[in-house]
Amino acid sequence: MTAVQKRVLINKIVLGLSTLSAIIAIAFLFWILGVLVMKGVGALNWDIFIFEGSPPGYAESGLKHALVGQLILVSLATFIGVPFGILAGTYLSEYGKNSKLAHAIRDISDIMMSAPSIVIGAFVYAIVVMPMGHFSAWAGAIALAIIMIPIILRTTDDMLQLVPGTLREAAFALGAPKYKVIMDVVYRGAKAGILTGVLLGIARVGGETAPLLFTSFNDNFFTTDLNEAMPSLTVTMFNYAISPYEDWQQLGWAAAFILSMFILGLNIVGRLILFAGKRK
Amino acid sequence: MIDKIFSNLTRFSALLILVIVAWIFVELYNQSLEAINAFGFDFITKDEWAPNVDKFGAYAAIFGSVASTFLAMLFAIPIAIGVAIFLSEIAHDKIKGFFGVSVELLAAIPSVIYGMWGLFYFVPIIRDLFGGMGIGLLSAGIVLSIMILPFMAAVTRDAMNTTPDILKESAYALGGTQWDVIKDVIIPYARAGIIGSIILALGRAIGETMAVTFVMGNVHHTPSAITDPTTSIPVTLANEFAEADSSLYFSSLFELALLLLAMSFVVIAIAKFYFLRKERRGV
Repeated sequence: MTAVQKRVLINKIVLGLSTLSAIIAIAFLFWILGVLVMKGVGALNWDIFIFEGSPPGYAESGLKHALVGQLILVSLATFIGVPFGILAGTYLSEYGKNSKLAHAIRDISDIMMSAPSIVIGAFVYAIVVMPMGHFSAWAGAIALAIIMIPIILRTTDDMLQLVPGTLREAAFALGAPKYKVIMDVVYRGAKAGILTGVLLGIARVGGETAPLLFTSFNDNFFTTDLNEAMPSLTVTMFNYAISPYEDWQQLGWAAAFILSMFILGLNIVGRLILFAGKRK
Repeated sequence: MIDKIFSNLTRFSALLILVIVAWIFVELYNQSLEAINAFGFDFITKDEWAPNVDKFGAYAAIFGSVASTFLAMLFAIPIAIGVAIFLSEIAHDKIKGFFGVSVELLAAIPSVIYGMWGLFYFVPIIRDLFGGMGIGLLSAGIVLSIMILPFMAAVTRDAMNTTPDILKESAYALGGTQWDVIKDVIIPYARAGIIGSIILALGRAIGETMAVTFVMGNVHHTPSAITDPTTSIPVTLANEFAEADSSLYFSSLFELALLLLAMSFVVIAIAKFYFLRKERRGV
């Protein structure tokens, strides 16, 4: 075998291995997605949206409690997290710019984005649940908001920086004060991007389980009381899946499917908005 | 006037993130003081975890975290690099697009679902292949590797894609095969980015809770075989936090949380600042 033949052979082997790993990865993907869709769709029916949780073996059981709880927790987290995230992002892009402080904040929030979410849960347990003396929806929402803020902060920062400086200068030249320039020119120019960041932030916290385990805890019944433990789809899914009861496990898969579709939908809408905004 | 209020409001929000991070460390430290005083270094070197007699040694949990992450990296790194090479050098544009969507799909799935899939579909396979309960270190490592694979492959591909085409074309013009170009041009060029991506994925894997909670077993026992059930820091927290009943128990769990945060903070910081800094500032 000549040197060239050998190199060509090695090349083929490596490319073959690389293709093989892509096939392995795709196979697992379809396995997981397949299970999720088959099990999830199989377990879907109207009862899920009508009834709340029941003891195992009960015909009239559903996920209404968890669906509503999930919506409440995520909305509450959004109301807390989004204003702080956008304002902080505004500071970085419009006031802090390249200062040391601004870079430090960017770095820290980058790290926070990958930090273990269960630790956030422990932190909120210490500052909210322990003083209150019991689990609550507030605690869960605060934990989710803390996870959400760095995501929204960074996307807002990035998106505001994309607004051309000449636009700001034009507005300043007309005599507008800085806050007006930011509100009416910069925000308007970066509207699509900010909205995308918010949607991606919501999608990210919507799938979180770990920070809710000991903040909002769980409840098998319908509740809207923010001072009490509140069920969520993710924690319900966890509890039902590790239970030995088949009908609970079924409900767990239904919850998994509904939640995945919700998160996927948010991701798609977020990207579409960004895409449409860019084309304009 | 309004201008002042607005700028102070934004500054306050931005500083809030620093305050929260500092507060998390301080609060976790304060909460774990009782355990730190009670056990000192024994906390991380002893593996007797006995809530009934208020004795807490976290060696098994720390070992489980490190070992499951190590296993996950062992499985995920070669496949992720293979996928990244496939995506940046071999695949046609259509396949790239399809793969891109697939990665997004996987990223959209909450980690708790990986755990459920692992428990119901993967654990039985491990049980049949290796005997034992199926739940344990090996299952946790594999489920974790599947969980971080899309992220790792995507960032590795992005790092490889930063190689300027002109460098690759020059190497092809010299008669290099694709593999020659990959190993002598792309990998040396993108090395920092690739290593950074892998370490970043590692930082995420250490703290991943739900994907492994289902399949690890939560047994406070340093495993003697790879298929033994064991525990990790996040698994212990997830299973025991809501049930802890003594203040020393709580304090020990807070110390675990602090250890976990410190570990992942350091790993992520190394990835971001040592390896990925250049690219970010380059933009």
